[in-house]
Amino acid sequence: MKTNPLTIADTTFHSRLFTGTGKFSASPLMREALQASGTELVTVALKRVDVHQQQGDDLLTHLQHPQWRLLPNTSGVRNAQEAVLAAELAREALQTNWVKLEIHPDPKYLMPDPIETLRATEALAKRGFVVLPYIHADPVLCKRLEEAGTAAVMPLGAPIGSNKGLRTLDFLEIIIEQSRVPVIIDAGLGAPSHAAQAMELGADAVLVNTAIAVAGDPVAMATAFAQAVQAGRTAYEAQLAQPTAHAVASSPLTAFL
Amino acid sequence: MQSFKDLIANYEWQAIQDDIYRKSAADVVRALAKPGRLDLEDFKALVSPAAAAYLEPMAQRSHQQTQQRFGKTIQMYIPLYLSNECQNICTYCGFSLDVPIARKTLSEEEILAEMSVIKQMGYEHVLLVTGEANKTVGVEYLQCAIRLLRPHFAHIAMEVQPLEQAEYALLRREGLHTVLVYQETYHREEYKTHHPKGKKSNFDYRLDTHDRLGRAGIQKMGLGVLLGLEDWRTDSFFCAAHLQYLEKTYWQSKYSISFPRLRPCAGGLNPKVQLSDRELVQLICAYRLLSDTVELSLSTRESPHFRDHVLKLGITSMSADSKTDPGGYANPNMALEQFEIDDKRPTTEVVASIRRQGYEPVFKNAVGIGDF
Ligand code: SF4
Repeated sequence: MKTNPLTIADTTFHSRLFTGTGKFSASPLMREALQASGTELVTVALKRVDVHQQQGDDLLTHLQHPQWRLLPNTSGVRNAQEAVLAAELAREALQTNWVKLEIHPDPKYLMPDPIETLRATEALAKRGFVVLPYIHADPVLCKRLEEAGTAAVMPLGAPIGSNKGLRTLDFLEIIIEQSRVPVIIDAGLGAPSHAAQAMELGADAVLVNTAIAVAGDPVAMATAFAQAVQAGRTAYEAQLAQPTAHAVASSPLTAFL
Repeated sequence: MQSFKDLIANYEWQAIQDDIYRKSAADVVRALAKPGRLDLEDFKALVSPAAAAYLEPMAQRSHQQTQQRFGKTIQMYIPLYLSNECQNICTYCGFSLDVPIARKTLSEEEILAEMSVIKQMGYEHVLLVTGEANKTVGVEYLQCAIRLLRPHFAHIAMEVQPLEQAEYALLRREGLHTVLVYQETYHREEYKTHHPKGKKSNFDYRLDTHDRLGRAGIQKMGLGVLLGLEDWRTDSFFCAAHLQYLEKTYWQSKYSISFPRLRPCAGGLNPKVQLSDRELVQLICAYRLLSDTVELSLSTRESPHFRDHVLKLGITSMSADSKTDPGGYANPNMALEQFEIDDKRPTTEVVASIRRQGYEPVFKNAVGIGDF
């Protein structure tokens, strides 16, 4: 069953499951899980990449795959200025102008800073980056980011790493309805059912990391997520039947016709 | 910069029309049962012939959604015709260059005379209307009129020829709040036949107008098609797509839709397509179901009976007691009018009738523009 491909900044993706590379117990296991997920976009923290000596057991050697586009993220930076620097470094090291913008000065909950994120998006878009910012599920911020030239928005479903699912549901619905750029639900998806729900809502893609990396069997879990994303998307494109809303009120309104 | 013009290139009229006529009862039922937002596919179903059998549930939902958002109120406005001079030929219009009527453009004194009659009638929201005569009724004239009127009204709207972005920005700074520009028809070829001469014959320039308005930061924009020029279902789909595009792009602006049905006028064009009352109700409800927030406006082109009943079905603003001849409030002169209105009741009667339906007619619903 084929679903429509997703296009971000002129690049087409057939898999709508984006994945992360953190928290895996071993790099070979990570590679196997990513393969099982069918992903085509893999985010990697710039701070984990050994920029200078690409040899030995560097993470990058495990991420060479014809199907995988690498998406460096700026995790660890605290403001827009640092984010721009990190993105420039990543562009040089990984030969990509794509960047997942993550600015979370708060080390406890890793809450994204909306003001710095907007500033960084503006600056990076001007420098020719394809920017994918990680943000709160804030509809107005999404519109401001669009205007700043973002390539997509990545609102969170729940606090990062919390596995709680779509706690921001009402706001995600507004974002999806209004957005002119792809909406990728990032953070908080703890189970394949969460991913399926996001896709049924009309999200363009999801990004899953923790739930796969820390599962008892990451490879099997990656497969389950792949199936869930596919099922959710198929259902969305097939136009879900909805529970019937309110009953018809009493007095007819069109009897005058 | 992207604009709706680029988007419309993806839509093929005939394919859309075929789509609409193929929609089934099941498509309509599914759209009506959706708890969340409807999309353009749903809109196609709701304006399709298949939806005719679902008029009552559409009306119920439209009624409920409108009350939820706008309350039991109807915003009242009144048109003020500043000029009937026009350099364009539009086959359906009483002001068309080739129609032999007397021409008149109001002087400052005449504008103020109109203002005082309108104020006595209680109106605070005024819609300035002109034809397209850039030499006599250009931007400077409009600027002057707005400057003259802004101390007297809470809300100034304008329905005149399309302007440049910088001109809109200029008028906004003068206190212009709302601009209405109707595409008339989104069918490129049909458009050409109805606008053979004058600046209005440029389809693309007109189509681009709302993008210019959005970029100029105009707070509210109106759009619509002249119902009767082409297949109303397909034309309205394009208008709905236009609305959705604008809502997403210029997300800080508000939007309104009008539903002018082609009426007999001095020019004397007979509508190619007749839109029945039932169909107009269907269309009003379809727009409401597509967008909770869009304002839906009904003019005095429609009959008292129709207006009284339809105001519960999704309408949020209405004009009353309108004159379509420049100077017509202070000195009526039928020889100058654009079209004959149908609902000729005085404002007090319309107000009483709205109240009888359990609604409150609102005359002022804005901070006075002069305050800014
Ligand atoms: S519709 Fe407008 S532009 Fe066309 S003739 Fe009438 S007043 Fe002029």
